[in-house]
Amino acid sequence: MCKSIFSRKQLGIPYILFLFLFVIAPLFVIVFFAFTNGEGQFTMKNLTGFFTDSNTLGTLAYSFGIAIVTTCVCLLLAYPVAYILARSHMKMKSVVIMIFVMPMWINFTLRITALKEILTVIEGNLAFYPFMNTVIGMTYDFLPFMILPIYTTLMKLDNSLLEAANDLGASGRQTFFHVTLPLSMPGVVSGISMVFLPAMTNYVVLDMLYNSTYIMGSLIGSYFSAYNWNGGSMIALILLLIICIFTLATNRVADEDAGNRGGALL
Amino acid sequence: MKNGSPNIIELRQITKTYENGYTAVENFNLEVKRGEFVTFLGPSGCGKTTTLRMIAGFELPTSGMILLNGENITKLPPNKRPINTVFQRYALFPHLNIFDNIAFGLKLKKLPKDEIVKKVKHVLEIVDLEGFERRKVGTLSGGQQQRIAIARALVNEPEILLLDEPLGALDLKMRKEMQLELKNMHEQLGITFIYVTHDQEEALTMSDKIVVMSNGQIQQMGEPEDIYNEPKNAFVADFIGESNIFNGIMTGKLKARFCGGEFECVDDVPEGTLIDAVVRPEDVIITSPEKGTIRGTVTSVIFKGVHYEIAVASGKNEMVIQSTKAAKVGEEVGMCVEPDGIHIMLAEDTINRFEAEVTKEYRLVFNETEIACDLTMVVPGASFSADGELLDTHGDVMDPDALKIVISVKPEDISMSDDKNQGMISGHIINLIYKGDHYSYVVRTDLEHDFIVDDEYLWNMDDYVSLIIPEEKMKFSLKK
Repeated sequence: MCKSIFSRKQLGIPYILFLFLFVIAPLFVIVFFAFTNGEGQFTMKNLTGFFTDSNTLGTLAYSFGIAIVTTCVCLLLAYPVAYILARSHMKMKSVVIMIFVMPMWINFTLRITALKEILTVIEGNLAFYPFMNTVIGMTYDFLPFMILPIYTTLMKLDNSLLEAANDLGASGRQTFFHVTLPLSMPGVVSGISMVFLPAMTNYVVLDMLYNSTYIMGSLIGSYFSAYNWNGGSMIALILLLIICIFTLATNRVADEDAGNRGGALL
Repeated sequence: MKNGSPNIIELRQITKTYENGYTAVENFNLEVKRGEFVTFLGPSGCGKTTTLRMIAGFELPTSGMILLNGENITKLPPNKRPINTVFQRYALFPHLNIFDNIAFGLKLKKLPKDEIVKKVKHVLEIVDLEGFERRKVGTLSGGQQQRIAIARALVNEPEILLLDEPLGALDLKMRKEMQLELKNMHEQLGITFIYVTHDQEEALTMSDKIVVMSNGQIQQMGEPEDIYNEPKNAFVADFIGESNIFNGIMTGKLKARFCGGEFECVDDVPEGTLIDAVVRPEDVIITSPEKGTIRGTVTSVIFKGVHYEIAVASGKNEMVIQSTKAAKVGEEVGMCVEPDGIHIMLAEDTINRFEAEVTKEYRLVFNETEIACDLTMVVPGASFSADGELLDTHGDVMDPDALKIVISVKPEDISMSDDKNQGMISGHIINLIYKGDHYSYVVRTDLEHDFIVDDEYLWNMDDYVSLIIPEEKMKFSLKK
């Protein structure tokens, strides 16, 4: 054993520096801006403004709408795929999984641009169905993040548990609803949190598909580009809180499912 | 009981061949009586678990029939069979507590709630875990989980309980306790148990009937005492308990010669028959060299608690002995065996088999004599490269040292000569029997290998002869 010239504490210094500069300091800056006005004086106006402005509340509702619908569509598409892949014994399994994951290797804007062209051909004018187009775009983008954790939990599922259920009198359907589904919940929860959170804020998809409605991400952007740092910071802070609450809630669900059975990524 | 037959389950000519061509179970026939405790015993890969899984319904036999109370259930899915399984790794549902685990089957049957509660409480009493209803699976020890798994199966009141190596994951002390408890449970409940294990002691302790399996086939079936005392073949003798097995021959009425001595035995086998003699280590008596039937040198002594395990080398043979008296390594001892301590089994067949080596040039050599043999015909899929190296199916060079070729020759194809240099190998005639039109000789070579030779001419006992084995009569096979 050679003795390192650095102690363990010394090795941690770069990370502490990083954390401070890029996580803690910006957080303080956001909190500071959120509770001050343009002159740097303390104010609650930004907070009350958010909850009284019908525009911002409407954006929040729209963001939730997009995120919830996208998550549901992803879940409905991903679960059967993950289930079939995990249960099947085909030799091409890894190839099929790769095909589902491969879009993640291609540049994101390129993919959405391609999708835009396809949707334009089908729909004629993208302006007719902005909500649906956004959901399609986001589903296309986030589907692998839903498939993979569910697939992983289903793969780890001990086959003897399914045989045991069958042995105790459960039909295939009953086995699925009493054993497979509950035991795959950690993967489902982790998939939901990996799709829901980005779907709330990712406004690039909306932009590129000509959906002019704001979601939380684009709302913050619009405040900042109008040099309203204080209002934008408050919205960012509120969004942060929402995400915090959501993450804690999903983690609790995962924990209740005897957590450490894998699949929970957050 | 839909028919008068005492058999609860019958397996008729069950064969299971997997898609890849591997036959796990072959022509398996079994009848199990109501209330019996039957154990499938065998080494891993012998097909015992596959057979159990076919009874449970997890796997379909390729051919054959399974009858439950006289009804054909071969294709019935597991959830329709009145049979429950205790899995090797318990397979308790981790998302349910103990109550819900045990009540799983009852809830599916839509039993009234108070009845479910009553039944769960009752089986928890049977497995001695009262009050565990609200516990989580993860908080239980391995032994407790195993009991819950048993309770979960028993609560459905199955006609047959299948147990797939249920004690394999427990430590020795726990295993012994559970063995007794399972046996008690079986006696109290009167349910038919079919138990799978590779542990011969477990099988002997618990079962009414043992089915010894190897390579997908039943080797022997019977009560524990019979299997232990009267093993049918060398595999069973070797697998059940410790035993010394020697090749030998019957030299007279109730007389057998093996391990360099002539012993009296109680099995009446015709003179001249080739035999495998089984001697249990506890049946060998150590005496002074003069008094023993055979003598040998002690090579090792191990203290085992209740007894000493003593290995004695006698010629090329080794005898393992269990004795309460210690011996000294290097000591010369005599050994004798009471006639009823020797169990005689018929040798598999009367074909001579011997092993030959492969040289670096891929030539077959036996006792310094080269034998012409096309190795590509013996090793499946092999071929010779341009450099003269033997390649396997993947094109990799095969190691000549790892290749062992077994040569088989029929007794009538070997002839004898008194010219030492004429034959491939020489030895003394240790036995001869006249068989009507020819003599059957046993020639013990210098390498302590017995050859059986049929010859029409008369030779004398103890003649030193050379064996001529014609190459064209040899059959070659690869030793696995």
